[in-house]
Amino acid sequence: MKMKLLIIIVIIGLVSCSSDDDKASDILISVINSQNWDGENITASDLGTTEFIDENGEILKIERLRYLISKVILTNSYGDEIEIGTYKLVDLADNNTLNYATNIVVPPGTYTGISFVYGFNEEDNIDQAYPDLNTASWNWPEMLGGGYHFMQLDGTFTSPTNISPLPFNYHNGTARISDGVFEQNFIRVNADGLSIDSNTNIDIKMNLAEWFKDPNTWDLNVLNTGLMGNYDAQREMNENGQLVFSVYLGD
Amino acid sequence: MKCFSIVLITGFLISCSSSDNDLGYQATPIDIEVPQLFSNLLLPPAIPSDNPQTIEGVTLGRKLFYEPLLSGDGTQACADCHLSENSFTDSARFSIGITGAIGTRNAMPLYNMAWNFEKKFFWDGRATSLEAQALDPVENVIEMNNTWPNAVATLQATSAYPELFSQAFGTSIITKELVTKAIAQFERTMISGNSRFDQYLLGDQNAITASEINGFNIFMDEERGDCFHCHGSNSNPLWTDNIFHNNGLDSSFDDVGLGGITGDPLDNGKFKSPSLRNLAYTAPYMHDGRFETLDEVINHYSEGLVYSETIDPLMKYIAEGGAQLTEADKADLKAFLLSLSEPGFTSNPDFQNPN
Repeated sequence: MKMKLLIIIVIIGLVSCSSDDDKASDILISVINSQNWDGENITASDLGTTEFIDENGEILKIERLRYLISKVILTNSYGDEIEIGTYKLVDLADNNTLNYATNIVVPPGTYTGISFVYGFNEEDNIDQAYPDLNTASWNWPEMLGGGYHFMQLDGTFTSPTNISPLPFNYHNGTARISDGVFEQNFIRVNADGLSIDSNTNIDIKMNLAEWFKDPNTWDLNVLNTGLMGNYDAQREMNENGQLVFSVYLGD
Repeated sequence: MKCFSIVLITGFLISCSSSDNDLGYQATPIDIEVPQLFSNLLLPPAIPSDNPQTIEGVTLGRKLFYEPLLSGDGTQACADCHLSENSFTDSARFSIGITGAIGTRNAMPLYNMAWNFEKKFFWDGRATSLEAQALDPVENVIEMNNTWPNAVATLQATSAYPELFSQAFGTSIITKELVTKAIAQFERTMISGNSRFDQYLLGDQNAITASEINGFNIFMDEERGDCFHCHGSNSNPLWTDNIFHNNGLDSSFDDVGLGGITGDPLDNGKFKSPSLRNLAYTAPYMHDGRFETLDEVINHYSEGLVYSETIDPLMKYIAEGGAQLTEADKADLKAFLLSLSEPGFTSNPDFQNPN
């Protein structure tokens, strides 16, 4: 990954050193991450304050949301791929983390697809490999397969059977099948049919409601905490995560 | 044109220099000694660009750390509440200032502060740099109860300090900014990264016991200790996230902690997660030192959690009052936590009183 990043940086450097005529056709790409609940934008000001109702009817508040996006790749009309970012730990409480990559210069052309990984794929999910993520205590315990968290969604909920707020820790990462046996749990998201040929902001949207909705209606009364080592819960998170992300283009 | 500008700027800098404020002076640079495990796992230490580590700066900072002249009546130094044998905290629940006034929080232990990337110091995070942190106690009326102008004048009037500041910063004119820069440089050298558990993580399988290993597994088990979300891990050997949490101590708050700084009621009851290193020397525990022993701390998380509106959702067993650890698990967890202590840190001669 580091080597690829280096290659990208070198390419960017070479492009930026080109003549003024060439610069006119370079494309600036920025990637931002935004969050919503079935279309209603969620920002840091919603943390601990706004109530959301999930598919199963629980009323929940979000206290903390951090998640990992990696391997953002643009594909041009010839099928060439350009990786425009390695990884980003997004923290809803920290606006500085919501921009995945800013003003990345890519060669001129038409880009028809973008893909990214929610979490780390198997190749990149190397235990203790990333000092910034270690320092952020983003690791996934070795006993559960190691590597890193993909998401940490913490909050409280109430329901007709739990009228006092109870905590939930919707934490996602490698799924542990049994002692020493693990299953990859990342999600690759592909958005095709795009047409990017000029400076563009790419918005990777996360609809948090989907984590609780489809295909598995999530019952927080049953699945609320202690989910990291729960194989079935981890797999259901992966299944629900398939429809969580969408990509929008802006100016 | 550019060259002409450089000449102009250089000329301007030269014309501003003087024997008392020699901008050309450079003290002797010195690197932070980064423990092997930190080097393997963590980001490099954060050293402010306007306060690089120097031999002379660290030497001066150490002398100032132990200097009672910083206090209003010349009787109390930083080190009087941050004792080396206690990993630079106070064994008293609340420290006593020069007037006899008693504080309301337990003094924080001091080590590994160059790895506080959140740059929020004190239990409530009110200081945004180590230099800013050092400004506070001198003028705090229940601590050193001095004024900075008076403290600076006192140091300036001594025979030794003007020359030491000249050696450290190229000027003999003492300011509060330079005092705190020097103290911060010294504090950044106070590094603890060689406990028995560090040695284990570096490959010495005999460094810890089976009980301590089991305790570590409890620490890392989300369904038992689940300590790692806030207190680091084998991957984050700072053993803290340097972030603020309400860990279920009280149902209401006499001391609102972070909320008193941000003004946000949602931050009430939140205090910075302390590092778990050197717990053998840092009793009493919690921001207000309410627990005299490590057993009391573990019992709190096992059976003593109290609900309040801002309690962290990571206190997942709040409905049951805690994680309900077995007595055997408690003993192993305690053994593991104590394996993070480093006797060589508290006795390090580089950190002792030079005066």
